[in-house]
Amino acid sequence: MEALLSLFVRAIFIENMALAFFLGMCTFLAISKKVQAAIGLGIAVTVVLTITVPVNNLIYHYLLADGALAWAGLPDMDLSFLGLLSYIGVIAAIVQIMEMFLDKFMPALYNALGVFLPLITVNCAILGAALFMVERDYGFAESVVFGLGSGLGWALAVIALAGIREKLKYSDVPDGLQGLGITFITAGLMAMGFMAFGGIDI
Amino acid sequence: MGLRRMLDNMERHFQEGGRFQKWFAVFEVFDTFLYAPNSVTKSTAHVRDGIDLKRIMITVWLATFPAMFYGMYNVGFQAMEYMPDGFALEGWRGSMVEMFGGYDSSSIWNCLWYGALFFVPIYAVTFLVGISWEFLFAVKRGHEVNEGFFVTSVLFALICPPDVPLWQVALGISFGVVVAKEIFGGTGKNFLNPALAARAFLYFAYPVQLSGDDVWVAVDGVTAATPLALIASGGIEMLQQQWTWTQAFVGAIPGSIGETSTLAVFLGMALLLVTRIASYRIILGVFLGMVVFSGLLNAIGSDSNPAFATPWYWHLVAGGFAFGMVFMATEPVSGAMTNSGKWAYGVLIGVMTVLIRVVNPAFPEGIMLAILFANLFAPLIDHFVVQANIKRRVARVQ
Repeated sequence: MEALLSLFVRAIFIENMALAFFLGMCTFLAISKKVQAAIGLGIAVTVVLTITVPVNNLIYHYLLADGALAWAGLPDMDLSFLGLLSYIGVIAAIVQIMEMFLDKFMPALYNALGVFLPLITVNCAILGAALFMVERDYGFAESVVFGLGSGLGWALAVIALAGIREKLKYSDVPDGLQGLGITFITAGLMAMGFMAFGGIDI
Repeated sequence: MGLRRMLDNMERHFQEGGRFQKWFAVFEVFDTFLYAPNSVTKSTAHVRDGIDLKRIMITVWLATFPAMFYGMYNVGFQAMEYMPDGFALEGWRGSMVEMFGGYDSSSIWNCLWYGALFFVPIYAVTFLVGISWEFLFAVKRGHEVNEGFFVTSVLFALICPPDVPLWQVALGISFGVVVAKEIFGGTGKNFLNPALAARAFLYFAYPVQLSGDDVWVAVDGVTAATPLALIASGGIEMLQQQWTWTQAFVGAIPGSIGETSTLAVFLGMALLLVTRIASYRIILGVFLGMVVFSGLLNAIGSDSNPAFATPWYWHLVAGGFAFGMVFMATEPVSGAMTNSGKWAYGVLIGVMTVLIRVVNPAFPEGIMLAILFANLFAPLIDHFVVQANIKRRVARVQ
């Protein structure tokens, strides 16, 4: 239990997807102009990560890993080279299914998330989390916690960036840096602030 | 009055259409530095108070003086306490010490002079490099140079270790002024505290010269651990063997130049609170956050990490907690603006400081990074406070 808790904290703060690994930058920079929109996007990413990382974990451990197909009578099979392909396929499929499900049963949330749901299919933070899960050899429970934690960490970062960008509307940025340029610099300065956690070992 | 007349005669050259129109910002700095500006409000917003940005910044600058002078004294005092017998400084500093001072730690003047020989170059480099960037941006972008740089420069110089190489000072203040402030449009438009951003940049770029045990005493090759480094390695007992609480409160401990004396910082705080320039909400918030969270950690305890047992009154006097709380956290631009937001912002800083100091073995000191971290969330805190207000008022109307 304590190991899971420390994994959770680590995924949110210390190994923050957006500000320590710079994953998911395209959506991070594009949809952070308004706090309200950023909150919606953050929720969507968190939900998708919490579902896809454990599902990919199951697929890896029961289908793809070296010797994973022993239950089917094929102990020598190693399908891990299919990893990248299957993870991204699984993510796209789950996002589609979730979209239909939400449309049918929770129209309010569906409308709130709007365009973000299909967008995060291509968010590299989602694929990155699946690949980290394989690389670090997480079990099922760990992968649930890791998915939730990294999703919350990413959401926290994008919401904070949106807050800062709302404030920066009153700034006087030089012409050449307006728009994306200053947002990149802002993200870099934010990463410096998040380095407060770098080095914590739990 | 000759000076005033001279400035008035020169002014037309700097006005629109004049020969030196581009250099108006430079002229304006000298003019408003020497005299109160005579421009008055022309449109409908009328300012009822004489306190403007310039006076605020000068007051903050004055409020750092106790910490600055005590800091200079302490740099000398620590150096003389730790220096080996027969030690003499080399180069220009050595001859200056021999001419006007000495190596006797019981003489206040000797300590002050020795410290000044280290602090004044740091401050001078900070000021000259930073003001050059300010002029460059002001002239190029057509805005005025703001007195805010007085505060940024003195705060940055005070949080440097006494031994820091001067080229790093120049690099750090360049980063702070340009990247953390000027590219956002100058004073009032940035979201990070420029002095802290400069210091954090140096800290992460050159950890050898800005942390560890080697840099806190202005004598080459002498190591002295700061109180927080002692806490991190051996807990509060190890610290108490070396210094008493009163010593740490008065500031006779190694550390960055201006941060050591909680007493001197509190003198500055009194001025800032009486003039209501610093927000008491932020200061109290930081303090309470630190007290409550360190109490919580005391109660939890830890077998492996002795720093958990550090009581709040040691957190207050060790390291730069007081300096950060009074001068850095209350910076009006990068902090939260709303009243209830200020409480939340302060508490976040207090909690994060203790968390980094105690839990993070990589950084013995936490207040700098805690304030930078809280700077990131200050706009968000304000956003939620404003939204809550709107919601409440909408409910009242209906």
